[in-house]
Amino acid sequence: MKSSRRSFLKVAGVSALGTGLLKPVADLLAASGGHGEAPAEKVYKNEKALKAKQWAMVIDTRKFGSEKDLRPIIEACHKIHNVPSIDNKRHEIKWIWEEEFKHAFPDQELRFLPERIEHLPFLVFCNQCENPPCVRACPTKATFKRDDGIVLMDFHRCIGCRFCMAACPYGSRSFNFRDPRPFIKETNPKFPTRMKGVVEKCNFCEERLAVGQIPACVEASNGALVFGDLEDPESDVRKLLRENFTIRRKQALGTGPAIYYIV
Amino acid sequence: MLENAFKGSKRYYGWMTALLAIIGIGFGFYIWQLRFGLGITGMSRDVTWGFYIAQFTFLVGVAASAVMLVLPYYLHHYKAFGKITILGEFLAVASVTMCILFIFVDLGQPMRVLNVLLYPTPNSVLFWDMVVLNGYLLLNIVIGWKILEAERNAVAPPSWIKPLIYLSIPWAVSIHTVTAFLYCGLPGRGFWLTAILAPRFLSSAFAAGPSLLILLCLIVRKLTKFDPGKEQIQSLAKIVAYAISINVFFFLCEVFVVFYSNIPEHMDHFKYLFVGLQGHGVLVPWMWSSLALMVISIILLVVPSTRQNESILAVACVTVFIGTWIDKGLGMISGGFVPSPLHHVNEYVPTIPEILIALGVWATGFFVLTALFKIAVTVKEEVAGVAS
Repeated sequence: MKSSRRSFLKVAGVSALGTGLLKPVADLLAASGGHGEAPAEKVYKNEKALKAKQWAMVIDTRKFGSEKDLRPIIEACHKIHNVPSIDNKRHEIKWIWEEEFKHAFPDQELRFLPERIEHLPFLVFCNQCENPPCVRACPTKATFKRDDGIVLMDFHRCIGCRFCMAACPYGSRSFNFRDPRPFIKETNPKFPTRMKGVVEKCNFCEERLAVGQIPACVEASNGALVFGDLEDPESDVRKLLRENFTIRRKQALGTGPAIYYIV
Repeated sequence: MLENAFKGSKRYYGWMTALLAIIGIGFGFYIWQLRFGLGITGMSRDVTWGFYIAQFTFLVGVAASAVMLVLPYYLHHYKAFGKITILGEFLAVASVTMCILFIFVDLGQPMRVLNVLLYPTPNSVLFWDMVVLNGYLLLNIVIGWKILEAERNAVAPPSWIKPLIYLSIPWAVSIHTVTAFLYCGLPGRGFWLTAILAPRFLSSAFAAGPSLLILLCLIVRKLTKFDPGKEQIQSLAKIVAYAISINVFFFLCEVFVVFYSNIPEHMDHFKYLFVGLQGHGVLVPWMWSSLALMVISIILLVVPSTRQNESILAVACVTVFIGTWIDKGLGMISGGFVPSPLHHVNEYVPTIPEILIALGVWATGFFVLTALFKIAVTVKEEVAGVAS
C-alpha cells in the first residue's frame, strides 16, 4: 500500500515537473529569431502607413521660449493616448513632459549656461533607443523593439515587475500604481486605456504612423519637432542633423537615443 | 516524516498559530493591494522598487548560505557539519520560499506571472533569476528530505543524491550572483554599476545566513533534546567572522573607488545614504547604525574570548544580522534609486500596509522553517534514541 502510494506520488511529481519545464524549453528551441512565438501569418499593413528603417526626431529648442509653448504639445500627446492626470506625484503617469536642462542632461551640467537655456523647459520622453536597456531587462518581451526602431509596450503581457523602469536611464517609463481610468478626463476610444499594475511610455505614435499620420507632438509643435527616418539621407531629420550641432541625452551610456536636441 | 510537523507541544502549536495570525493579517493587506494596486506602498515613479525587492535580495543571501555547511562537509569532509547540514538546507528552503513570495507580492499583475515561462526571455536577468531560485528550492527540498529520510531509516542515502549535492554548491553561489546581476548590469544607475556588487552580496550573505543559523542552533538546543554541537557553532562563528570582515572590506573598496574617482554619478548615492542629499536623508541614521553594527560584530567575532562565549556570540550574531539587513534590506535598493536618473531627489519610505505584507511573508517563511526544523529535529531525537 505504502510503496504503491509512494511510487504514484513519484510518477505524479515527475510528470507535473515535466509538463511545467518542458513547455518553455520547447518554446525556446522553437524560437529561432529570438522572439518567443513564431507567427507564420502574413501581416497586412495599411498602404498609407509611414515606413522607416529607424524613426528619429530632432527637437529645435531654439523655437521654444517658455512652458507655454510646450503645453499644447504635451496635451496633444496625453489626450490621444488616454494618459491620466494624477495629482499624487508618486503615482504620476507621463509620456512626454518638461525638464530643466540640468535634469534633462544631468551629465552635461554647466555652471554658466546661456540665460536662454538655463530656465528653458526641455521636452523629454522615451528616447526610442537603438540599443534599449529596457528591452534587455524585460522578462516577458512585453517591451520590444520593432524593425522601424520604435520601442513598444504590450500592455496585456506586462507583469508589472518594473525591471524596465530600473533599466531605463531616462526615467521615461511610468507604472500604473492604481487604476488610471478615473483620472482620464476624456477617453479617446481609438486608443486603449491601461489597467493598474502595468508599465507604459511614449510609443512614438505608432498607431498614427500605421495610418499615415505623423506623431501628435510633431503635429502640435509648429515645426519645432521634426520627425523622419534616420537611415534616409534625404529625410528632414538628416537635413537638420547636417546643418546643426545636436546633443542627445546621456550619450556616453551607449543606448543610442533617437531623439536629437538642437540647443 | 511529514507527520512530525503535526505532532507537537502546546508551545509549538502556540507559535505556529501566532505565525498564522501574522500571515492572515499580511494576506488581508495583500488583498487590499491586489484590489487597489501597488499605490498602497511607498513606491513611486522614481523609486520603483522598495521594501519587497529589498527583502527578496537580503533573503536570497540567507538562502545561499546553506552552502557554508554543505561545502565543508562534502568537499572537505569536515565531519562535524554532517550533523547540521539539514538545518542549513531547510533554512534555504524557507528563505527561497520567502524570496519567491516577495517577488510575487511586488508584481503589478501577479496573475500574469506565468508569462515569464510562456515567453522565456534569456536576455533578461529576471528570467535567469527565476530559473536559479526555483532550481535551488527544488535541490534543497530533494537533498534535505532524502538525507534526512536515510538518517531516519539508518541506511546510506541513495547514490543519485551525491551529484545533486555537488551541483547545489555552485548553484548556491549562482542564486546570489544572478540576483546581483539584476542590479549591476543597468546603465545609468551609478550605485549598482560596480563589478563588486555580486561579491559584496555573497560576503554579506555568508555573514547573515550563518549568523541566523547559529541563533537557530542555540534555540534548537534550548527548546529540544537535539544539540547541534559546540564545535559546529564555533566553526560557523568563524565563517561569520571572515564573511562580515570581507563584507566591510568590499564596502570600503567600493567607497574608495567612488570617492577617489570623484565621479558625481557614483558619489551622489553614497552621499544620499550617509550624509543626505539636497536636504533629504531619511536613511542616514540607519546606514551609520548598519556600519556601526557591522564593525562591533567584527570585534566581537574576531576576538577569540568573546567569540567562544556563546552568550556574547549570540549578541554578535544578532548584530551581524541586523547590520546586514539594514545594508541590504533598506539601503541597497532605495539607495540605487535616489537620486533618480534625472537627478531629482524623491525619497522612499515604506508604508504600514507594505510593512505588514512584508511581515506576512516573513511569517510564512518562519512557519515553513519551524515545520521543517520540527521534522528534522524529531528525526534527530529519534535516531539518538531520546524518547520524545
